[in-house]
Amino acid sequence: MSKIQLYVLASVVAAVGLSVFLYKVYFLGFPVTPAKEVHIWNVEARIKFVAEGKPVKVSMFIPTGTRRFAVMDETFASGGYGLVATESEGNRLATWSIREATGRQGLYYQAVVQVSRTKAPQVDKKAPKPASPGFEGPTLAAAKTFIEGVKAKSADTPSMVTGLLKGLAHPGTDENVRLLVGGKPSVEKRVKMAIRLLSYAGIPARMVRGVRIREEKADLAAKVPIIHWLEVFDGKDWTSFDPITGNSPVPDDWFPWWTGVRNMAHVEGGRSVQVIISVSPRIQEGVQAAVQHGQRSKALLVQFSLFSLPVATQAVYKVLLLIPVGTFVLIILRNVVGIKTFGTFMPVLIALSFRETGLLRGIFLFVVIVALGLGVRSYLERLKLLVVPRLAAVLIVVVGFMALLSVVSHHLGGHTGLSVALFPLVILTMTIERMSVVWEERGPEEAFVSGLGSLTTAALAFVVMKSKYLEHLVFVFPELLLVVLAITLLMGRYSGYRLMDLHRFRALAKE
Amino acid sequence: MFGMAKRLKEMGVLAINRRNADYTLWYNPRRLYPLVDDKLRTKELALKHGIAVPELYGVIEVEGQVRSLGKMLGERTDFVVKPAHGSGGEGILVISGRVNERFRKADGTILVQEELEHHIFSTLSGLYSLGGQPDKALIEYRVQFDPVFEKISYQGVPDIRIIVFLGVPVMSMVRLPTRKSDGKANLHQGAVGAGIDISTGMTLNGVWDNLVVTEHPDTGAPVRGNLIPDWDGLLDLAARCYEITGLGYQGVDIVLDRDKGPLILEINARPGLNIQIANNAGLLPRLDLVKSEHRNLRSVAERVQFAKDHFAVDSAQ
Repeated sequence: MSKIQLYVLASVVAAVGLSVFLYKVYFLGFPVTPAKEVHIWNVEARIKFVAEGKPVKVSMFIPTGTRRFAVMDETFASGGYGLVATESEGNRLATWSIREATGRQGLYYQAVVQVSRTKAPQVDKKAPKPASPGFEGPTLAAAKTFIEGVKAKSADTPSMVTGLLKGLAHPGTDENVRLLVGGKPSVEKRVKMAIRLLSYAGIPARMVRGVRIREEKADLAAKVPIIHWLEVFDGKDWTSFDPITGNSPVPDDWFPWWTGVRNMAHVEGGRSVQVIISVSPRIQEGVQAAVQHGQRSKALLVQFSLFSLPVATQAVYKVLLLIPVGTFVLIILRNVVGIKTFGTFMPVLIALSFRETGLLRGIFLFVVIVALGLGVRSYLERLKLLVVPRLAAVLIVVVGFMALLSVVSHHLGGHTGLSVALFPLVILTMTIERMSVVWEERGPEEAFVSGLGSLTTAALAFVVMKSKYLEHLVFVFPELLLVVLAITLLMGRYSGYRLMDLHRFRALAKE
Repeated sequence: MFGMAKRLKEMGVLAINRRNADYTLWYNPRRLYPLVDDKLRTKELALKHGIAVPELYGVIEVEGQVRSLGKMLGERTDFVVKPAHGSGGEGILVISGRVNERFRKADGTILVQEELEHHIFSTLSGLYSLGGQPDKALIEYRVQFDPVFEKISYQGVPDIRIIVFLGVPVMSMVRLPTRKSDGKANLHQGAVGAGIDISTGMTLNGVWDNLVVTEHPDTGAPVRGNLIPDWDGLLDLAARCYEITGLGYQGVDIVLDRDKGPLILEINARPGLNIQIANNAGLLPRLDLVKSEHRNLRSVAERVQFAKDHFAVDSAQ
């Protein structure tokens, strides 16, 4: 009957999942295990603006690549715009244009950046002419005094640049620096001033802007800020300097995007311009090779895979695809072991937030917030409030606690509390509410049992979901979720005893 | 551990996965659930079929009606407030006495009218209902329990749970309130459940917190060997519920009123499993027997007789 139907369905679903998986492993060559180190990154820049119904011209700098970073596989999503890529003064510029456009517009640039550890030989370059510093009056005097002071304390050009940057970064009581850049100058302003000061001293320098190529901790927030640094021409080549520490060269993961003082994007005929850069580790070499191979051979499986999505969306799916795995853990714990939890999927959501906070910290924060919430809830009980306002009141207090915890722990020097904001707020509130109702009606014991059950389940689901290996498997082979689905369907008809049943009916099993 | 599982299997103990997968999901169509989940509808249904239920004094459906509570109560001094969609006995308030604006709960604590109203507000907003959806509050007759249970219950009203499978009563117990259960007759709230021999109506040992007890924990009176009056009538009442609700697997809760006789309190579409501990027997052999024989049982009387013939407890036990 329907049981046979279920078995057939489950085996078909599992067979489809497994065969796609095996096909991808054996014929398309996707690696089953994740690589140790990532050398390839997806870099993406999105320009958003509102067009005003006039001709629109958008120009944006795009990365050139250096000897450490090779820019490959560039893609432009233009949507009806004409596109020209040009080069000027060592920068590359992409220019999109269209006769007329209205409303919200979005343009994309996507590139694959490969990090190579080899160093190319240095080439002699033509020395650029320093631009005119443009100091006059009191600033001229201040610049002169400051630069002479720095020069006196340094041995050569690099140490002078370092001293200069440090001096600008910590104005302290130096009246000259304050006059030049003000009290709390931004990094960008300091770099600009450093260039003027260096050109006053006859040293050619320029500003470089770029992004850090590294794995962001929060998977969902793939947006990265633009950073600024300084490059100085030492007669043969450009040397980079970190404007904050003054160190040279800059860290290995600083990826230069463009040089000069101009803004990254310029839009004519549009307003509310926004540029968002995101960086994410590209699927490792092995996977990438398989994807490229698949794209060349026009394999549908590859063309319509998750790899065809924008980087930011891919990052979201890396997390989303793990949720079924977490739910599977939940099914086992609830239906085979018999652990009680608050709410059906609450533990999985809590486990997701543990990904951001870390396990022990996560548990600690969860317990603290729920305990505080329970305290408030039990006080509100005395005021005899109606359910919805009471829930809302608990929610407001929980938000307050979270903010307070963040601020306090920030001041104590840890960033533990900052990640508290990643807990699903509504889930926390409902947990507090359910727990206090159970507490009142069935006693604290029952409330603790369910609370502990939820936390244990969340912790176990987290341990499973944290596995890099599993993350790789479900993201590269999402068809494996069909296998999970098949087992889940079968679990839906599991009618055996739960582990907890043995305890519950122990009086019957004796004799 | 596996030994225990094997032993439970031999006894035919029905556990929660199996109950859901093979019985409630299979024999209880979802569309029938509202009939029993809403106690108001159960009451109306029972009355339509001429089955006695505790008299309904009034229903409060919206917040505004709470003000007319006084009018609804009239001169009544004892009554019960319960949520229409409550589960597991939660949200039931038993008032046993009243002096003007003050109400005495069954356990002797005093409530002022404001507190009573708050309880009703909470009920309406869904605090006690399944899934937390908005609910109604029923105000009904407080059962005057039959003196037969006086010695083996602590306040509150004991009730009799009969599991009815395809119209055949298969297992039964009486649930006795204790101090721990706050006068409520629900096992997970701390009430004692005592098995009942289906063929005679005689009580067996009790279960309290999943453990076997022979005496009532508060009164000390033996739980075993009490004869339930009008047992055949109770079995008949329970068996008739199959036709009324259409649920294949249900738990019928009946109370014995001193003056009005057996009254149906509620019907449960997902009855609990501890009844097996109270009876020291597994449900599965009985359910299997009914499954294979129920086609030959045409009338209510036949079904009751079948139960009495086949589900008697060995006198040796």
